[in-house]
Amino acid sequence: MSASATIASATLRKAPTGITGLDEITGGGLPAGRPTLVCGSAGCGKTMLAMEFLVRGASQFDEPGVFMMFEENAAELTANVRSLGFDLAQLVEDQKIALDHVHIERSEIEVTGAYDLEGLFIRLGHAIDTIGAKRVVLDTIEALFAGLPNHAILRAELRRLFRWLKDRGMTAVITGERGEGDAITRYGLEEYVADCVITLDHRVHEQISTRRLRVLKYRGSAHGTNEYPFLIGERGLSVLPITSLRLDHAAPVERLSTGIGRLDDMLGGKGVFRGSSVLVSGAPGTGKSSMGAAFAEAACRRGERALLFAYEESSAQIVRNMRSIGLDLEPWVTTGLLQIHASRPTLTGLEQHLVAMHETVQAFRPTVVVVDPISNLTFERSETEVKPTLMRLIDFLKQQEITSLFTSLTTGGNATGALEDSQVGVSSLMDAWLLLRNVESNGERNRTLNVLKARGMAHSNQVREFVLSDDGIALVDVYLGADRVLTGAARVAQAAHEQAAADLRREDHDRKLRRLASRRRVLDAQIAALTAESEAEEAEVTLAIAQETLQVQHTKESNAEMAHLRGDRNGGNAPTSGTP
Amino acid sequence: MNEPKAYELRLYVAGQSAKSLVAFENLKRICETHLAGQYHIEIIDLLKTPQLAAGDQILAVPTLVRRLPEPIKKIIGDLSNDDRVLVGLDVQPREA
Repeated sequence: MSASATIASATLRKAPTGITGLDEITGGGLPAGRPTLVCGSAGCGKTMLAMEFLVRGASQFDEPGVFMMFEENAAELTANVRSLGFDLAQLVEDQKIALDHVHIERSEIEVTGAYDLEGLFIRLGHAIDTIGAKRVVLDTIEALFAGLPNHAILRAELRRLFRWLKDRGMTAVITGERGEGDAITRYGLEEYVADCVITLDHRVHEQISTRRLRVLKYRGSAHGTNEYPFLIGERGLSVLPITSLRLDHAAPVERLSTGIGRLDDMLGGKGVFRGSSVLVSGAPGTGKSSMGAAFAEAACRRGERALLFAYEESSAQIVRNMRSIGLDLEPWVTTGLLQIHASRPTLTGLEQHLVAMHETVQAFRPTVVVVDPISNLTFERSETEVKPTLMRLIDFLKQQEITSLFTSLTTGGNATGALEDSQVGVSSLMDAWLLLRNVESNGERNRTLNVLKARGMAHSNQVREFVLSDDGIALVDVYLGADRVLTGAARVAQAAHEQAAADLRREDHDRKLRRLASRRRVLDAQIAALTAESEAEEAEVTLAIAQETLQVQHTKESNAEMAHLRGDRNGGNAPTSGTP
Repeated sequence: MNEPKAYELRLYVAGQSAKSLVAFENLKRICETHLAGQYHIEIIDLLKTPQLAAGDQILAVPTLVRRLPEPIKKIIGDLSNDDRVLVGLDVQPREA
């Protein structure tokens, strides 16, 4: 596509429209010096496209233009496009744009005989010459058919007019009303303007309207043939461009913190890759938004710009609610690092939201984008429709090296299988997928988080408990029991239980030691008592021995005395007392 | 300056084209026949004064504009049908 477009642009000169996305689809703009037919039903944005082509031509590409209008008058048109930020009055004053209102009042016109539209040619020619125009818009020339009879003359004259515009080298946009059935235009203008045909469409699906643009034909040039959603925004038209469908974005190796330390640990210790896309899916109330806010806040903390698209809460509500978990976003909003864009998802169709996101991202140039949640955008839409559009957004962000986090609400309660299945379509577009789950047990619900996938990095296979508290977001190791995972109060109870058991065991040991010590003390006392006893006995024995010795001596002495008293005539040979 | 006539007519033409000349001839004849003395014709050649085309909302050439009496009426074409011209100018035919 890009190669052939380059070749084509070498042969066919193109006039850039300056309209976001349209130049990408057409490979550089409308065919220069030739007429382009823009057709569609009423209110589909023909005039806006034509006007923007002219205004941007005059202000950005130095190509003045003539706007010849057949329906609105100059004042109405000026007022209408002022809402898109185009100051038509100033451009007219600067001679960059000439406005000519061609008014035909059927009731005051009588026709008799042959005529031609030389008057129109002269008017147009005069306007072109006055400002040196390079571009011309005829909006909507089909009004002539209603104003003038004799369509045979009219057709011949229109053919001549388009030829004349070509000869003068005007890049022209001619708008036409969509015809009935298969007819591109009501009066068959496509017969005369065959170089480039763009159709605009305004469709309502599920009560939500979406504008679409298609390049039906582009003679001599390759072009995107799909239908592209477009938006009439605050800065004019925006077509969701084709370039985002290429898969050639760079792959930075730099890593970004998710704002939750333990989560970074789970993602190989360093967080996610810059420019990658992260999907956070989970049931209601699992903390998806909080994670998104933490992600944005972390970026602001690093001094980077973050953009938060909120489809459920207002900006003020988010700031208030995040404060309750210790995330203060307000300073970042005040300093302009954080922008919160809150809108109702049902406000416009998915495509228009994406186009609006494109615009905002391009204007704000953030490094981090959070979309909370994408599931609201995809609401009531079939997957075949959602996936390509979302892919465009993700690829667009990747090309800008913007790290994105998308939250997605999953339906279904705690059934793991259903939760994972419900995001299959979108998840394949994402580089990392975090699943938040509610685990219900013991009469309470607790949040758990696990990393389902993270491309290009080692990541934890562990389930962590995701705790939101006044101090912020924390990831806590869950209690892994023999047969189950415990979270919340059960985890706390289990931990307390284990603590108590440990305490109990320690006390038991202490008691045993104490008992041992006291027994030892008793033994010591007994030993002391026995020693004392034996000492007493010894003393007694000693005394007895002493007494006996004394007695023996005493007896000896008294015997001697007795013998002496008996008259010891034997001269000492005293007979023994027992011997007669 | 002539005093204003009842019928102030302007014929827009683009150069000396055949249609322009035919239209002028036709107009003069019809006016002489039906509005003798009451009309004033001004010929405007848009090739010379293109800026005048927008003022009277001229698209087709030739275009006859009845500026007076009000309201403004326009007749497009070479004025080859007298009856239609008279209807367009809102004039009662003299020899009716």
